[in-house]
Order: sequence, then C-alpha cells, then structure tokens
Amino acid sequence: MSKELIRLIDCRKEFDGEVVLDSINLDIKDKEFLTLLGPSGCGKTTTLRIIGGFLKPDSGKVIFDGVKINDVPPHKRKINTVFQKYALFTHLNVFENIAFGLRIQKPRLSEREITRRVHEALELVALKGYEKRSVSQLSGGQQQRIAIARAIVNRPQVLLLDEPLGALDLKLRKDMQRELKRIQQQVGITFVYVTHDQEEALTMSDTVVVMNKGEIQQIGTPVDIYNEPKNAFVADFIGESNIIDGIMVSDNTVRMYGRDFPCLDKGFAPNEPVDVVVRPEDIDIVPVELGQITGTVTDVTFKGMQYDIIVDFQGFKWLIQTTDHSPVGAKIGVKIDPDGFHIMKKSEYSGLYGDYSSYSSEYDELSAAPDEGGAEDE
Amino acid sequence: MKRKNTGGNILTALTFIFLYAPIIVLIVFSFNSSKSRTIWSGFTLDWYRELFRDSLIMSSLETTLLVSVLAALAAAVIGTFAAIGFYNMKKHWRSPLLMINNIPVINADIITGVSLSLLFVSAGVVIGFELGFGTLLIAHITFDIPYVILSVMPKLYQLDRNLFEAAQDLGCTWFQTIYKVIIPEIMPGIINGLLIAFTMSVDDFVISYFTAGSSVQTLSMAIYAMTRKRISPKINAISTLLFTVVLILLVIVNVRESRQQRKADLKREQMPEEV
Amino acid sequence: MSKTSLSSWSESKPLRILRSARAFLERYRKQSFAFPYILWMALFVVIPIILIVVYAFTSAGNGFTLKNFSGIISYAPVFGRSLWLALVATAVCLLIGYPVALAISRMNIKTQRIVLMLVMLPMWINFLLRTYAWMSLLENTGLINRALAALGVFDLINSLHANDLNYTPITHFQLINTNGAVVLGMVYNYLPFMILPIQSVIVKIDPFVIEAAEDLGADRGTVFRKVIFPLSLSGVISGITMVFVPAVSTFVISKLLSNGTVMLLGDLIEMQFTGSAYNPHLGSAISLIMMAIVVICMSIMNKFGEGEEQAVMM
Repeated sequence: MSKELIRLIDCRKEFDGEVVLDSINLDIKDKEFLTLLGPSGCGKTTTLRIIGGFLKPDSGKVIFDGVKINDVPPHKRKINTVFQKYALFTHLNVFENIAFGLRIQKPRLSEREITRRVHEALELVALKGYEKRSVSQLSGGQQQRIAIARAIVNRPQVLLLDEPLGALDLKLRKDMQRELKRIQQQVGITFVYVTHDQEEALTMSDTVVVMNKGEIQQIGTPVDIYNEPKNAFVADFIGESNIIDGIMVSDNTVRMYGRDFPCLDKGFAPNEPVDVVVRPEDIDIVPVELGQITGTVTDVTFKGMQYDIIVDFQGFKWLIQTTDHSPVGAKIGVKIDPDGFHIMKKSEYSGLYGDYSSYSSEYDELSAAPDEGGAEDE
Repeated sequence: MKRKNTGGNILTALTFIFLYAPIIVLIVFSFNSSKSRTIWSGFTLDWYRELFRDSLIMSSLETTLLVSVLAALAAAVIGTFAAIGFYNMKKHWRSPLLMINNIPVINADIITGVSLSLLFVSAGVVIGFELGFGTLLIAHITFDIPYVILSVMPKLYQLDRNLFEAAQDLGCTWFQTIYKVIIPEIMPGIINGLLIAFTMSVDDFVISYFTAGSSVQTLSMAIYAMTRKRISPKINAISTLLFTVVLILLVIVNVRESRQQRKADLKREQMPEEV
Repeated sequence: MSKTSLSSWSESKPLRILRSARAFLERYRKQSFAFPYILWMALFVVIPIILIVVYAFTSAGNGFTLKNFSGIISYAPVFGRSLWLALVATAVCLLIGYPVALAISRMNIKTQRIVLMLVMLPMWINFLLRTYAWMSLLENTGLINRALAALGVFDLINSLHANDLNYTPITHFQLINTNGAVVLGMVYNYLPFMILPIQSVIVKIDPFVIEAAEDLGADRGTVFRKVIFPLSLSGVISGITMVFVPAVSTFVISKLLSNGTVMLLGDLIEMQFTGSAYNPHLGSAISLIMMAIVVICMSIMNKFGEGEEQAVMM
C-alpha cells in the first residue's frame, strides 16, 4: 500500500478562462481508498475526469504507474468509472451491460469466460440471478450496483467513483457506503471517490483530499483531517467548528477574549495571530463561577442525541453540543480542556467561517440539500 | 378543474361533425353505383375495381411509396448523424444550424417547392438533366430530414451525458460508442422520425408538384389532376382506402402504446424493493 | 534545385492538404457527423433561397432590376385578398379552436387521448382529398343545396317574392366559387393546427395554480381571464401561425373550391412557375414577400416561445 500508482504533477485546467484546477499535485497510492472532498465547483470532479482521461489538463503531467498518460484516451486506460447517474445502457439487459466492456476487449474473450466473469461480478455486488432483468426495471440502489459491477468486471487497477451515492436516499446511502468499502477491500484495487458529503468521506476513506476553489486544502487520513484541520475552510467543512481569533502567546498557551488558555499546540512565533478551532462537542458547560469564560444562551435546538446550543460570548456566537439542557437566556460558563483546542495559522479563509451568528435550524436544513456545501450534512 | 362544460362539449361535438361529415359523404359515395356525387343510386364496388385497373393511379402510387420509403430512409440516416453532430457542437454553432434546419418545416411549402425547382431547373441547364424522380427524391429528403432531427434531438438530450464517457471508459472507441451505444439508445426516436418523415412524404403534394417535372407523378399529383378534371368516384374510392389504412395504422399504434404503458405500469408495481 | 526535391515538394503539397484535412476531422470528430447534412442544407436549403433572392432582383438577361417588385403593384388586390381571407380563416379557427381546446383539456385523460386522436385523424388524410370532399357538398347541385331544397328553403324564399314581377326564382345558393368557400376550406383543413397547440399548452397548466387563484378569491371568469388565458397564450400564438402561414400561401384550396375565380398569392406564384405566364423572376419576387410574411409571423411566435416544438411536430 505504499507504491504510488497515480501522480498528478502541477495539473492545471481552465474552462473559458476560468481556472478550475490550479496546479494540483496529488499522489494516489496503490490499493488505497482516496476521497476527493469539497463543495460543488471545487474542482474535484475535474480532477477525477483528468484521471479518467475525459479531460486533458492544460498543463502538468498525469503519471500512471510511472508512465505519462496525458494523451492516452479513456478506452486505453486501465481505469474504469462509476458515473454519477450510473449511465447504464437501457437498450441492454443486466448481463449485457456488465459484459459490455468484456465484449469490446481485443483479443476477444470466449463466451464462457465472459459468462464466468459477469457472474463473478454480479456475485460481488450481491445481485446474483438478475442477469436477464432490464436495467430500467431496477431500483436506484440496484442500478448503482450494476454500474459498479460493469466497471469492476474489466479488472481495472483504479476505479473512479463520481458521487455515486448522490441519487440515493439517506438509509440506502449508508448501506452502500459499507458495501463499497467491502467491495474495495475484496477486489483490492484503488478507489478514487468524489463526494461533497464529509461524513461519507470520513467513514470510507484511507485518505481524504479536501479541495476548494481548484486547490487542494489538505491531504490526510480522516482522523488527521478532523482533528488537525489546516485552515478555517477545512475546519468548517469537516464537521462543526467554532473558529475564534486568538494570539499564540507562547507554546501551549493561546489567548482569546483577553484570557490565556492552556493548549497542546506549539511551534508558532511568539504572539502570532492565529485561528483557534474548538469543536462543539469538546466544550463542557459548567456553572458560571467555574467557567473559563461566560456567555448567554441565545438558541437551543433539540437534536435527539444532544442539544445544539448557541451561546453568545461577547458578541461572537458559539455552537455547543451538550446533553445538558440550558434554557434560552441562561448565563453559563464553559470549560475547554487543553486538547480541545486546535490552533491554525492565519489563512485566506480566516474570519470567513466558524461564527454561528446566523445559525438557525432552518438554515441547517436548507444547506443540507445536495449540491450545496454539505458541511452541515451531519 | 374538471368542471361541467356543456357549452364547450356541444361545440366540440359540432366541430367533430364539421370535421367528419365531408369525409363520411366521400366514403359513402365511393360505393354509389352512379357517377353522381350527390344522388344515391345503389351499392357497388365497381369504382374500387376500376381504381386498381387504372394504370396511371397504380404507377403514381408506386412512385409515392418508392420515393417516400427511400426519402424516409435516407433522411433517417443523414438526420441521425446530423443530430449527433449537432448535439456535440457548441451552442453558437448549433443554434444557427438548427435554425437553417427548421426552414423547410416553418416555411410555406410553396416556397420550398418553388425555390428547389429554381435550383433544379438552373442546375439542370448547366449540368444537363431534367426534373424527374431524382429531383423529386432530393426534394423529399430535404424536407424529411428536419423531422428526423426534431425527433432525434430530444432523445439525445434525454440521454445521460455520461453515457458517451461510460462507453469509452469501458473500452469503446468514438465510433464504437456511436454504433454500440448511442444509436441503440436513441432508436425509438429514429424510428419515430422515420415514420413522421414517411407520412410527410406520402402526404406531400405542393413540393412534389414543383420538383417532379412532367415525367413522374406521385399519388397526390394524380389526385390533383383528377380533381381538376372533376367527377370520378374513383377519387372517393382512393379516399376510402387511404382513410381505412390510416385508421388501422393509428389504432395499431395506439393499442401498442397503451399496452406498453400498461406493461410498464405493471412492472413498476411489481418491482422488488431493495435487496 | 534538384529534380528529386522538386518532385517531393510538389507531392507534399496535396499531401499536406490531405493531412490538414485529416487533422481537422480528427479535431472535430464528434461534430463531423453533421458535415454531410450541413453540405446538404447548403445545397438544397440555402442556395435555393439565395436563388429566389437573385431571381427576384433580376430580369431575364438584364441584370439587376426592381421592376419585378413594381410589377407586383398591379397584383395588389391579390395580396389584399390573400391576407384578408387568411386572417378571416385564422380568426374563425381561433374562435372555434380555443373553446374546443379548452373543452378537450377538461376531459379525463382517457377520453382526451381518444378525442385528440379524432382531431388528428383528418390531418392524416390527403389534403387534396379533404378539400375535394367539400366540392361535392358545396356545388350548386351538391348535398347542401339539395338538402336545403328538400327542406323547402328555396320555395319559402321564392314565395316571399311571389308578388315581385322582376324576381327570378332561385334553386340554390351560390356556395362554391366564393370567398366564403375558400375560407371554409382553409378552416376545415387547418382547424386541427389551432386546436392541438392550444390544448397541449392548457393541459400543462398546473391545476394548483387555478386552485390557488380561486383560493385568492377569483371567480371562474376572472380565473380564465387572469390565469388560464395568459398561460395559454403561447399555444394561441403558435396556433395562429400554424394556421395563417399555410392559409396565406395555399393555392390548392382556392383552385379546388373556387375553380380559379378567387385568386390568391399561392395561385399567383404557381402561375409564374408552371403556367403559361412563366416568369420565375416575378414569381420569386412574390415568394420573397411571402417569405417576409412568414418570417414576421415566426418572429412574433418566437417572442412568445414554447408551444413551438409540439406545434412543429404535429
């Protein structure tokens, strides 16, 4: 799992003068499950299409297994794709859909070999016995599986998946996430997965690549990305974050609201201005007199497992997730353990995210719609 | 909004009487034993017998069928490829081309006919040919193609944009993509366009009239010549036959469609839920 | 310069052209499917229209002239009549077609399907035969006059004038060979073109929109005036165009139902191209004006958009 199978070197792509990919550098290792994550228009699908061969980068190199493949057309790449809306051939039945790629192959495969491999693929996606069905008869989830079988049957070294679960409902999506992970482990090939759903990315991936505005913001394991976001964009896009202006007084001490808090971060210049990330679940509510800082509750939403509480700390609103109920208007104190802080260098995204002033549960639902940022999808 | 609408329904009924009365009279008098178009003098099938013996009508029927079939087939091929080409063009190329494509559909038939006859006559003088079956066929193909394109284009737009890529992804070259995937997928649209083109060709009179010259005659042209000379119940007999053919075709098409509809509904009901 | 290099140079030029042509096709591979048809359109759609323009502005052997257009002036009555009769026919079609379209769209889906098929069915019968059918009805000794005679209508009229010595008793109404007969022929042939586009637009109106209007206090008349009619306007416009264009350009209807007594633009054009009065230059000039009429109709229709496609497909 260490060899680099695909390398994108300084890949740049413009559409009608608009930069969609700005000099991307990305290494994809063999047999890993890598997810390109970002809001719509961030360049993740463009990256995928460059790997698939459907787009050529304006500049930069695409390396596959040590060979430059910029000019290799899609049908000559050992890469297959599962498309967003499946793109199944409605004039063919399930068997012929899956056999399609095998029948194109030169030298020709024997009919017996084709049958064997189609059955194998159907078994892999748990749709044995569906050979004769017409694809338009299948439900969305089944069509999805056929699309996967159709791609995998060609034994590609890499499978590209372009928001394959976007069209499915929530419950089905969760099942398919597990299913996809299982399939990936079973066939042991590289998956490159595109999604705007951060939860999907965190559950399935070995590596997550967070993208925005045509640039890679951060590459890392799901745990790294969640715990150590590199900038305000990543912190906000992955989960919920309160992002506060702070000053790194010295190693292990950060100052906000004119008060010093102990933290575990170090390596900043003395008195360097920083962004401080505090996850809503890392905040303990305590009586006012015990709190490190105090604020007023302005909004409470019951979320089933917890309450989402909006607390006003001197004009800046925080989101706190807690199991204790506090009424609106209550004065509360909060306490944050040193490992609850994550300190980030200032970036172009500083000040844009992490304030919950405009928070409302309605807003939450609105932005959970597909094609939106999806950061609030939880 | 399903309200009683007596006035409207009565008007609709009257409209149908208006639409069908002349046709029914026409049909009834095709069985009339005298030549009169107004006085009934007994039942006969003579006019049908005479119709089939009339070599002029039979040969014009042949011409019509031949030119319609050839023109519809040619239009289906050229039109389908053209539609695929247009589909892949940038909008600023596609829009003006589609506008030109629509000219024969929108323009008055007489202008299409007259302009083509100008071309054929002047080209004929230069190259040395006369109006005839060839020019008739070209004219028919020309006004048939737009109908094929108009029925194929929507089918292309209904396709999943990724279908092209999916085929290439699975190993198809561009040409394989077209004939193994795209053409089968849009086949219903092609067939539909072919049928529309065929009926347009069979039905056409005006454009044929200006482009066929004097040596060739389509059925419509034969009918026109007959109506100019007036009085022959053979015309009624042709009308009856054509009407019956059209009626049967329409019924078949409709029954098939509603049966498919029902089948599709049934399937959807029986469709198993998720595995 | 040596001989070999000369020959290789002269060979490489066509080769180069060939290669660049190939490169062009390679680059526009996906678009190249349309190239044969683009050529076809250029030859058989664009050039013929250019020919019309050229002929309209030239005379036989004499180069550029405007005399074809000045010659048209003597045909002003024909233009007037053509436009007038086509307008009347369009108006009648609209007056009948709109209520019928509205009534059809209020039927249940199954009935609607059948009724629509019945509207379309006559259009599938040869246009000439449909028009011919009216000849036998409208003639002086035709079915309508016979029926009126049998009902004693003419006797009644004649008896009213019994005391008038100068009165010649009538045996029929003059129906055929009149402007009225031509309008009737147009209405009969093109009425479905009015009904179908209007109906197809009305059925698409969201019933909730109508309910919403009622909910907001509109009565039936208001709902029609403020909601249904404005929403169906695109269908009305395309219906008007689809009736007006063929009506203003027909020559068959006037030939059959007026035996040449009612001369229309179409007849005029036809005469210039086939008849003894062969004059394609004048014919082209008239065609050009007719094309202008069509273009004006279309641009009005395009302004309102929609409805156009299904109308075109009918």
